[in-house]
Amino acid sequence: MSRILGAFKKGKAFIAFLTAGDPDLKTTEKLVFKMERAGADIVELGIPFSDPIAEGPVIQEADLRALESGTTTGKIFDMVRRIRKKSQIPLVFLTYINPVFRYGYDSFFAKCKEVGVDGIIIPDLPFEEQAEVHEFSGKYGIDLVSLVAPTSEDRIKKIAAAAEGYLYVVSSLGVTGIRTEIKTDLKSIIDVAKEAAKVPVAVGFGINTPEQAAKISKIADGIIVGSAIVKIIAENGRDSAKPVGEYVRGMKKAIFTKKP
Amino acid sequence: MASGRFGIHGGQYIPETLMNEIQNLEKAYLRYKKDKDFNSELTALLNDYAGRPSLLYYAEKMSRDLDGAKIYLKREDLNHTGSHKINNVLGQVLLAKKMGKTRVIAETGAGQHGVACATAAALLGMECEIFMGKEDTERQKLNVYRMELLSAKVNVVTSGTQTLKDAVNETMRDWVSRVEDTHYALGSVMGPHPFPMMVRDFQSVISREARAQILEKEGRLPAAVVACVGGGSNAMGTFYHFLKDKFVKLIGCEAAGLGVDTEKHAATIARGTLGIFHGMKSYFCQNSEGQIAPVYSISAGLDYPGIGPEHAFLHDINRAEYVPVSDEEAVSAFEYLSRTEGIIPAIESAHAVSYAMKIAPDLPKTENIIICLSGRGDKDVAAIARYRGVNLHE
Repeated sequence: MSRILGAFKKGKAFIAFLTAGDPDLKTTEKLVFKMERAGADIVELGIPFSDPIAEGPVIQEADLRALESGTTTGKIFDMVRRIRKKSQIPLVFLTYINPVFRYGYDSFFAKCKEVGVDGIIIPDLPFEEQAEVHEFSGKYGIDLVSLVAPTSEDRIKKIAAAAEGYLYVVSSLGVTGIRTEIKTDLKSIIDVAKEAAKVPVAVGFGINTPEQAAKISKIADGIIVGSAIVKIIAENGRDSAKPVGEYVRGMKKAIFTKKP
Repeated sequence: MASGRFGIHGGQYIPETLMNEIQNLEKAYLRYKKDKDFNSELTALLNDYAGRPSLLYYAEKMSRDLDGAKIYLKREDLNHTGSHKINNVLGQVLLAKKMGKTRVIAETGAGQHGVACATAAALLGMECEIFMGKEDTERQKLNVYRMELLSAKVNVVTSGTQTLKDAVNETMRDWVSRVEDTHYALGSVMGPHPFPMMVRDFQSVISREARAQILEKEGRLPAAVVACVGGGSNAMGTFYHFLKDKFVKLIGCEAAGLGVDTEKHAATIARGTLGIFHGMKSYFCQNSEGQIAPVYSISAGLDYPGIGPEHAFLHDINRAEYVPVSDEEAVSAFEYLSRTEGIIPAIESAHAVSYAMKIAPDLPKTENIIICLSGRGDKDVAAIARYRGVNLHE
């Protein structure tokens, strides 16, 4: 069983996102371990991009901080290699297509396999354009995580059926960021997705409180939280470990269910 | 692979949230493109409202002075709102209206596309919001006020480099937030399919007219067609109906800013590399990590780190040639055309004027060159004065 699928076997999964290199890679490395101990089941590592069009201001600014601190794709691979010596937590990259394309698809995914990255999410790579990437992610056994959105409608089925790792359900229209209310009819999207998908279904975008997490985890296999964590890092910088740990523990507790 | 490729370039690299919308847009466009009523409505708008066909003007004094090929100016600057941008915008806003949209959004660099968009929205009764980089709102204050007069809301973009690319980012972010009632009227032959094709089609009216006009005036095709290139919409429109005329040289002029050997330029073909950004595979100014470079040009309209995918393809197959033109060369051409022909060109178009001035003397007098004068220069006067050290106390 893959590390990603394993993460969903223990009950509802809490998937934590942070931008690698914000404020520096040493802090990111520390935070990955901290979040794992606090109950995170999967960690999504953002490879910073200069122009992240699917992100709201919180993650945009994190990307800029990471780039300013000299973060490169190569240094992130080195960090993953260090993490893998001590931890088996599933690690999933989140980045835009251009940094992957420039690195070279073959070298990028070969490196993912070598250092122990489990999957990748590319928000500006829709289903129709996946083939050029999948040729190489598939070659090295890296899961290419697909997204479905509230506007996907008749596309949900085909995307879900081909999904790898987990299916990322975008909770709301718009960019990433903290939302006080999620108005989308998530249940009907998740029902269609679960019917077609062979992989777990996780929901992200906008989730930040334990109450939201608890509610959504009733219908999804996992929840994904990014901006709320990145905001804590923005406020606490290198001293983020403690507040991030506390936050993750609270969120995990909210979605905890006994093994069925 | 998604449709809309020009060789290896193009495609639809956009968030899933927009995929259904962009596929609907493609379907709607392909349907209305063949619709008789739509086309007669659009033609009426172009002719009776925007003032088409635009003149093909023989610049006699300039031709005499350069002592080579005859220079013809395709006067897109005489269109309503002062640039070629209105051609595309009337098409897209009319299409959006047919699709049942009530709101249009757009990015703008120099403000020409924003003004055109706000104009079309006012005329056709649509809500309009424009996204413009903070640096550009300062360079082009007059256009900001102009858009507001036309009842558009202007959003000042403070993210990233605060110029055109960031305005595109912000417009896309707005679009994913409100895709149902909103059409993104992209201003150039860039972005995801179908935009590069659709914008090119709407702009191809330039070369459809110019080709017929030059044959009527000169009885022969031009030796070269010259246009400035940022994203590349006026150039694509000016090239399109000459693509099959293999002996007509097609020349796109990129912004070389302070020089292609400095870091301050926006010369995508000269200095860019293959990448995927803003929905398309094409050439981009970027670093080895794939981070998009902050580009620079005196011209806000050319200050963009990429180029439309069809241009990238025309470059690959050597059908068109792309040359860098510096700030200094463009400003000199701006001044030259003003004093020689009494025509103040947009600083964007002045890049094309500059290169035509370079090649005209080497061509025989029996030949002719068409320059796309994509816009008028009123908006640039203050900036050029500043460049020359004159303070106009704006």
